[in-house]
Amino acid sequence: MTQTTAQASSAPVSASVPMLQLKVKVLRFDPEKDKKAYWTTYDVEAQPGDRVLDVINHIKWYLEPSLTFRRSCMHGICGSDAMLINGRNRLACKTLVRDVAKNGGTITVEPIRGLKVEKDLLVDMEPFFDSYKAIMPYFINESPAPAAERIQSEEEAERMAHSSNCILCACCTTSCPIFWVNGSYLGPAAIVQAHRFIFDTRDEATQQRLGIMNQNTGVWRCRTAYNCTEACPRDIPITQLIEEVKRAVMYGQA
Amino acid sequence: MHHRYDVLVVGAGGAGLMAALYAAKGNVSVACISKLYPTRSHTGAAQGGIGAALGNVQEDHWEWHMFDTVKGGDYLTDQDAAEVFAKDIIDAVYELEHMGLPFSRTPEGKIAQRKFGGHTRDFGKAAVERSCYAKDRTGHMILQTLYQQNVKAGTTFFNEFHVTDLLIEDGRCQGLVAYELSTGELHTFHAKAVILAAGGYGRVFKITSNALTLTGDLMSIYYRKGLPLEDMEFYQFHPTGLAKLGILVTEGIRGEGGILRNDSGERFMERYAPTIKDLAPRDIVSRSIITEIREGRGVGRDKDAVNIDLTHLPREVIEGKLAEITDLARTYLGMDPVKDLVPIQPTAHYAMGGIPTNLDGLCLSDGSGGTVEGLYAAGEQACVSLHGANRLGTNSLGDLVVFGRRAGIAAAKYARQVEYPDMPEGAQRESVDLFERLRNGSGKENVAAIRKDLQESMMNNVGIFRNGKDMAAQVEILKELKARYQGVTVSDPSRRYNSELIEAMELGFMLDCAEAMTASALNRTESRGAHDREDFTERNDTDWLKHTMAYKNLNKADDVIIGYKPVALKGFTRAFEPKPRVY
Repeated sequence: MTQTTAQASSAPVSASVPMLQLKVKVLRFDPEKDKKAYWTTYDVEAQPGDRVLDVINHIKWYLEPSLTFRRSCMHGICGSDAMLINGRNRLACKTLVRDVAKNGGTITVEPIRGLKVEKDLLVDMEPFFDSYKAIMPYFINESPAPAAERIQSEEEAERMAHSSNCILCACCTTSCPIFWVNGSYLGPAAIVQAHRFIFDTRDEATQQRLGIMNQNTGVWRCRTAYNCTEACPRDIPITQLIEEVKRAVMYGQA
Repeated sequence: MHHRYDVLVVGAGGAGLMAALYAAKGNVSVACISKLYPTRSHTGAAQGGIGAALGNVQEDHWEWHMFDTVKGGDYLTDQDAAEVFAKDIIDAVYELEHMGLPFSRTPEGKIAQRKFGGHTRDFGKAAVERSCYAKDRTGHMILQTLYQQNVKAGTTFFNEFHVTDLLIEDGRCQGLVAYELSTGELHTFHAKAVILAAGGYGRVFKITSNALTLTGDLMSIYYRKGLPLEDMEFYQFHPTGLAKLGILVTEGIRGEGGILRNDSGERFMERYAPTIKDLAPRDIVSRSIITEIREGRGVGRDKDAVNIDLTHLPREVIEGKLAEITDLARTYLGMDPVKDLVPIQPTAHYAMGGIPTNLDGLCLSDGSGGTVEGLYAAGEQACVSLHGANRLGTNSLGDLVVFGRRAGIAAAKYARQVEYPDMPEGAQRESVDLFERLRNGSGKENVAAIRKDLQESMMNNVGIFRNGKDMAAQVEILKELKARYQGVTVSDPSRRYNSELIEAMELGFMLDCAEAMTASALNRTESRGAHDREDFTERNDTDWLKHTMAYKNLNKADDVIIGYKPVALKGFTRAFEPKPRVY
């Protein structure tokens, strides 16, 4: 089924920029009426600098109001709109049209894998957040706090720079082949969160977290496929962080 | 379905999460309702920092912070709120650090601090380093840290629940009704106390830093009850949004030494704020940029932007302390701040006005001391009037931790002292009617088309520079848009995840916020802070040193009743006389 054309641009740039004619193939599924998912193609006009999310919003707002997906901030910080774009996990608001399609080309859009599809591009995030919660994702230090801050050096603070950058979008975990075949694996995002606290010099629960990472749902399931690192929209070197956690587990200390 | 909690929190951004934590510490049952997943809240988009007079880098005092806040607010700030805030925020920042927040550090290992607009030492003498930061993702770290602490505390969350109605009878809040997106079911939540912390409504404007979800839902619901919205005319445009996109570029960029330049490369802020130049408050910098553009000194193809210049700064500062915005410029504009000038333009950013509250977050029902028992509000959606006519950079993150905490404490205390209120008959009736109307509308009006017309007209008529003629025209445009809105019909009949229905509902909320804002702005015939009128260019303390209270006229469609509330001109120990606001 092909819908008719209209102009997607809600965003930037100017009239002199040539518009691209695109086909956007969306994998659709509504459990209230569909037995299985099916592709629908929409013809859309877009500017090269438009975000893929602008294009999908346009389809929803003017062509197909029932199309369902999550979105919020539009600039890569809330993590709502993780989806498979041309076969790769990305945030639709951080992916520009010109980087995934040429004039006359096709953009394919599917839900992220490994989580139950609730409707169209929207998946059940609960298992993902359950894994997050399993690693005790919160600062633990039961000794009395000083009147002012706990002192931490610039270098020590920098150890958390990558892992604390995570926005929990699930691009990494849902690109991981181990997670696809073994849902009990906590997955890269949860390990990144564990890293965030294991390598925080102020936190006192290192041993408990290393214990969780050492369980059979933990860090040893990682086969170093690097999919997570490639998928991360915030350029977190996830595989490297997982390796650091593996080493900490092996030597029993951070 | 029916639920019952002692304290209910609406919204899971910084204010809501802080309120939920503190309510839970008060030994009452607490649940938090969010239309998103908590980690998606817009607090995460705040970049530059949270201001507190820690004095880690330079001498600083809470009195200086209080003064800057009052002056920054163009003396419309309630000084009791400013005093409480400037003192409380110091503890609150240490508390965030004790919750594990990974702040950037000084060489001595203390929380790092940098300059920000309008932050000064010695009551305005020179810029001071007051903004505590975690690189340029301070809001992200506050949001994550507070969510983590709520996970630790075992807070109950209802995620992707959209509040459709507040239940208020005889001046007391009884709970609320919410729509569960995943099932399409309406839920009734019975509560002793409700805390509203659902954020702003920047999506009424075309160019905005705000998320698509910031549609003023709870402000509108409050207003629909005939309750007032305070100081809605004061809406902040952040001077530096990425050109055309409006994506926020932190004020930290100027705090670290970034310079605004016009088409000839001139550092134009020297002409508008000779003392603190690029570090002047946001309203002044925004107007200066627009003035440059209007006088033909803009950059870009449409000459509707100016440049921010970082090229003189070391690469490690740009890619380290300003990594987030460096990434944004590279991703969306294909420009590298290390070597390129980055085009920016003002972007709709922050509502200084909202649901009026006292210092404990208790909601006010009029301008003369009336309250709504059991109902509290905090964060951007509330107006304790800390920000007055213009908010200083970093004071939004401060506001949400300080007043989120106070609202949480007060709500729990209240809930411990009272029994559950009675629930009204047919609690869901209004919500059922709302959805019925949207599903069975009379015409073929398109939500997105009406929303686009709303955003463009608000941008043109109630933007940075305002005048009576344009705003009177906007009043008429809003009437037309509301009439068209009656013709909206939701075509998707599905129950589960019906986001078309939600967007249609949100548009109704936005139209209300725009109505209250336009009426308030048209009524205020002076220029103060972010409210700048070309037809009344001076601040007028004789007539206008007072807060606006805008009420929907429940007996007459499209009519707004304007009332007033006095400004608190004294704090508890300090008071600052209104003076001309020069920097």
